[in-house]
Amino acid sequence: MNKDIKMNEKTNNMSLKFTSISENEPFARSCIQAFCLPLNPTISELNDVKTAVSEAVTNCIVHAYPKGVGIVSVEAETSGNRIHIKITDSGKGIEDVAKAVEPFFTTRPEEERSGMGFTVMKAFMDDVKVLSKPGEGTVVEMIKFFNAGIDAEEIGNSWGNDA
Amino acid sequence: MEIKFKNVSGKLYVYLYGELDEYSSRSMRNLLDNMLDQYLQCKFVIFNLENLTFMDSTGLGFLIGRYKRLKKFSIQCFIESPPVSIEKVLELSGIYEIMPKVS
Repeated sequence: MNKDIKMNEKTNNMSLKFTSISENEPFARSCIQAFCLPLNPTISELNDVKTAVSEAVTNCIVHAYPKGVGIVSVEAETSGNRIHIKITDSGKGIEDVAKAVEPFFTTRPEEERSGMGFTVMKAFMDDVKVLSKPGEGTVVEMIKFFNAGIDAEEIGNSWGNDA
Repeated sequence: MEIKFKNVSGKLYVYLYGELDEYSSRSMRNLLDNMLDQYLQCKFVIFNLENLTFMDSTGLGFLIGRYKRLKKFSIQCFIESPPVSIEKVLELSGIYEIMPKVS
């Protein structure tokens, strides 16, 4: 996935494919959470990644395959302190990506949609890219750096008071 | 996901347990609305999120949906005790402007 990996950084890859039904949302979140753990993310960072993945997977289930089911693919790669996640569907695609990523924009105002999916992904991850072709599908790529803002005090606190 | 209710002198407390996402909100929406319909005489509905372990933007839509519905009956909605993990998504959305936070 990433061609610029430094030689001394250990990389790890995973790939998931599942049916676009909402039952699989907790499944996708648990998998990505478990995959991140060797990088020692903070609880807050872990929650950011889980939430962003949940948003992208929800988009596949609700918008990419609105009538019926398709395949959602979640690929992830870790190297150093970063995770690169790629979520792909072969659904109906997005007509206007710039519009879709605007806060509060939703194609389904009649439903209870907040229109905040892409806004959450952008706020919770360090980089988000959306590539879509109507009729062919959508690829969302996201990058997160772990322990980015950690300082000595936080490391101290993470040991708890019993240490 | 699980929902519990407590009615205290005109205030209805709605306790949400577990994860609030697309999966759980699909099954919980009607269930909660049917319950809320029995309390339309109350003035305030307080959504207690203390025991919510996960929420994404679908959860925001879920809460805003209940807010819109209850507003028609002049019922005011509040959010109580959200955990730190959920606070970020709540803050980002600006939901506290319509459903103020109480602790």
